[in-house]
Amino acid sequence: MSSKDTVQKTLVVAFLLCVVCSILVSGAAVILKPTQDANRILDRNKNILSAAGLYDPAVTPDSEVTELFSRFTTRLVDINEGRFLEADEVAALGINIDNYDQRKVITDPSLSEALSKEDDLADVKRRALYQMVYLVEDQNGELETIVLPVSGYGLWGILYGFMALEGDANTVKGLSFYELKETPGLGAEVRNPRWRALWPGKKVFAEDGEVGLTVVKGAGAGEHEVDGLSGATLTSRGVANLVRYWLGDTAFGPLLKKLGNS
Amino acid sequence: MTSAKEVVFKPLFDNNPIALQILGVCSALAVTTQLSVTLVMCVALTSVTAFSNLFISIIRNHMPSSIRIIIQMTIIASLVIVVDQFLQAYAYEISKSLSVFVGLIITNCIVMGRAEAFAMKNPPILSFLDGIGNGLGYSFVLIVVASVRELFGSGSLLGFEILPLVGNGGWYQGNGLMLLSPSAFFIIGLFIWVLRGLKKEQVESAEFKIAPHAAHSEEGAF
Repeated sequence: MSSKDTVQKTLVVAFLLCVVCSILVSGAAVILKPTQDANRILDRNKNILSAAGLYDPAVTPDSEVTELFSRFTTRLVDINEGRFLEADEVAALGINIDNYDQRKVITDPSLSEALSKEDDLADVKRRALYQMVYLVEDQNGELETIVLPVSGYGLWGILYGFMALEGDANTVKGLSFYELKETPGLGAEVRNPRWRALWPGKKVFAEDGEVGLTVVKGAGAGEHEVDGLSGATLTSRGVANLVRYWLGDTAFGPLLKKLGNS
Repeated sequence: MTSAKEVVFKPLFDNNPIALQILGVCSALAVTTQLSVTLVMCVALTSVTAFSNLFISIIRNHMPSSIRIIIQMTIIASLVIVVDQFLQAYAYEISKSLSVFVGLIITNCIVMGRAEAFAMKNPPILSFLDGIGNGLGYSFVLIVVASVRELFGSGSLLGFEILPLVGNGGWYQGNGLMLLSPSAFFIIGLFIWVLRGLKKEQVESAEFKIAPHAAHSEEGAF
């Protein structure tokens, strides 16, 4: 047996290697974390602005994103009661709105809930009890834009995005997705500006108060209908489902109706 | 003794890791729908292969052979995590579209294969260059595949429109097959065919010979 194959040497080499590698990995993670967090927030803000039709990657520089986003106020919504939480209620819940992540709290039973099969139209399994929404108000304090977080299962995985509505809480201002696993060129075309341009101006609620907004094959002429993506039937269906779920009575519907009537 | 030049350039055509060694094909299918994503993946894989070869070669004389593979894996995994962290910090958009595939460099056969086959037996600088060479060989195939797939699948290259798509008001109907993984198999297959047509020495000798049909002529004659 050569000297490098003794038990002692094996243990020493294994130990030293682990120490060096863990320092390397944790060092990189700690040093780069601030930049990564800044990227994540910038990316989220871009998507919120994009849903509201205020951001175009071709013309808006990154430096303007922060300024544009400063018009938005972030509020927490109690999704079961359909109302905004006041600052003291948020504090009482122990939530810091600056680093609250409604996708992370899904694993926390005190801040999220499981959805029953018949309620779970968008196939997301669980949802956070408190959802972050983004508001823009004009000088008179009138609601101008409301941006809601939406998510739902497409073909390969859950699509995450934002839906922006006008101040009447009924007219669509835009829809953007920031994370998806759909097929590039087919399902991932939900990000194509030409398809997204079909959404603004459509109405959410039908005469009977139910969500009328949907994705259909072909036509897409009515004020509630958007033309589906060709070659991406399941993604289109997923988008239709997530719209129906998140704007419906078991999610943001009651809040939107309240806002629309006031 | 192999020369540095040979080590860097041989894997490009003469000993290409994908075309001749048929290693690392899995990621060649997954990350080649967009050229920009492919380029980042190539840089990531080349740097991981080069540095893992370097570090493994440095400690090759102290590596107990009983835990040799796990040491290689630990070094490769650490490097991949560091690369992933860098991408998340400095190329956020692209790291989002690469998602799990950066992490999967750990299981890429090229990295492990070069560590075991080359770095364990050669000095550090030469091993580093071998990593660069094999990374470039991998990159070359991926870039060819990605160019074809993005051009004919989405009508663009690096995101710039070349063939205006019908969906965007142009005339070109995108080829949906190019956007799905199997098309990468076809392109790699054609690539290997062309390469072996040009370099006959890469053609493998047949493992068996098909025997001629002996009974045929008698049957025909009645």
